[in-house]
Amino acid sequence: MSIQTIEDTTVKAFPAKPAEVIAFTAKARRRIDPIVIAGKLARALVPPAIVIALMLVVWQIACSSPTASLPPPSQVWNEAYDLIAHPFFNNGPQDIGLAWRVLISLQRVAIGFGLAAVVGVALGALVGQSIWAMRGLDPVFQILRTVPPLAWLPLSLAAFRDSSPSAIFVIFITSIWPIIINTAVGVRNIPEDYRNVSRILRLNQLEFFVKIMVPAAAPYIFTGLRIGIGLSWLAIVAAEMLTGGVGIGFFIWDAWNSSRLPDIIVALAYIGVTGFCLDRLVAAVGAFVTRGTPAK
Amino acid sequence: MKAYLKLDHIDKSFARGGQVSEVLKDIRLTIDKGEFVSIIGHSGCGKSTLLNLIAGLTKVSAGAVLLEDKEVDSPGPERAVVFQNHSLLPWLTVYENINLAVSKVLGRSKNRAERHDWIMRNLDLVQMAHARDKRPAEISGGMKQRVGIARALAMEPKILLLDEPFGALDALTRAHLQDAVMDIHSRLGSTTIMITHDVDEAVLLSDRIVMMTNGPAATIGEVLHVPLARPRRRIELSSDRTFLRCREAVLKFLYERHRFVETAA
Repeated sequence: MSIQTIEDTTVKAFPAKPAEVIAFTAKARRRIDPIVIAGKLARALVPPAIVIALMLVVWQIACSSPTASLPPPSQVWNEAYDLIAHPFFNNGPQDIGLAWRVLISLQRVAIGFGLAAVVGVALGALVGQSIWAMRGLDPVFQILRTVPPLAWLPLSLAAFRDSSPSAIFVIFITSIWPIIINTAVGVRNIPEDYRNVSRILRLNQLEFFVKIMVPAAAPYIFTGLRIGIGLSWLAIVAAEMLTGGVGIGFFIWDAWNSSRLPDIIVALAYIGVTGFCLDRLVAAVGAFVTRGTPAK
Repeated sequence: MKAYLKLDHIDKSFARGGQVSEVLKDIRLTIDKGEFVSIIGHSGCGKSTLLNLIAGLTKVSAGAVLLEDKEVDSPGPERAVVFQNHSLLPWLTVYENINLAVSKVLGRSKNRAERHDWIMRNLDLVQMAHARDKRPAEISGGMKQRVGIARALAMEPKILLLDEPFGALDALTRAHLQDAVMDIHSRLGSTTIMITHDVDEAVLLSDRIVMMTNGPAATIGEVLHVPLARPRRRIELSSDRTFLRCREAVLKFLYERHRFVETAA
């Protein structure tokens, strides 16, 4: 193993033949092509349209007999035409369009869910960060989260003595658990390296929370928020059925009491579409906020 | 000459489930200002633990780390670390990653415009100014490590700690980054401690190479001075006798006297 051998042996690399240069034609930049977009839209919209049309046909046939207990689509269309065509009419305090009712319910959800998001992320951060907070709080959370939303209603009615804050409380208590639990998991999964970076920079608790913890746990937090918003929309309709007022839930109960079945069916469609939009909204906000952060 | 950084009889042991395992024993080392020191040893010998002790990320069991005669036992920006896996925050751009450090560490002493200039100067230093608005996921491993170095330098550290900074990179990228680090060291004269397991890298970059014995209770086996003039060029050095002798000395230490024995544990 000597250095001499290196010097004695002649090592020579021969120049390779000049490589042939192949010119690539630049790929045309993607432009907005109306045909492509129309194709994509058709692929997204046509299959569900066909399925819905088929369901309507089956429903129409099944409920056409005079003895049928539920109205067929044609009857819904005829009798509830006002509700379908004019979502924003306003004829006095109890006679308003369904869009208004949905908005009132949404307002309650916004307050209850907003509070749940703030409190849930804070509690989740605490549980994720501190082993003692987790040992103490986690069992409590695990038990409370299985309580059905409406079971809270009598208690909150007794506490608040008013229907509107009670409904909001039910939203809050329903949607907070998945937010807490997902945030805690996200915080526990923050890579040790990020913590080390913050320690070297001597970030204080608040800076660590805002600059490292929330962004790092954001994918988890948004999973929790998305589950939470779905649960709140489920709970508000049920809560409003019992508390009254002008929300979409009470509308259904009212329609049932006055045997307006077509109205109920229209209201269900409104609820479904709104819930879908809420879910997509939170998902879109989440995708925007967590861009760049790989979801684990 | 008075020591800039002094590792004074450091022991480190970890207690796990009633069992105490001794990792480092009686580490004594002094490092002068502006010196480039590499710490080399087989995997598991506790060299990363040693770096974490200097950084303050782990506490010593006995002894002390003294920086300019003051004991340091918690992390701080004057001992900036470049982590093996870069540790850039993925939701921030290259610029924002460095800005996070600069506005925290230099927020009081520099105004907004000065901070911007300082960030750009550090990005220029590692030749990454062109990628300032990219996110870590959009740049290569070598580029991420460059940004990690820029972030550490931007804290104006007294000591730069490099934890196997090029370990995850391919050989060519690694060579480029070694040159970049040599260039920065010659320009800024920053006191640097680098953990490595690459013998060539240690000889090429260091003024001194600290060789660790195998654990448990690892300690400093030998310290080798590398008497090569700077600036160093890797092509000239590849046949330089001093370089080869240094390389041989480290190899002999690692593979003859302290050969790594894989234990059944």
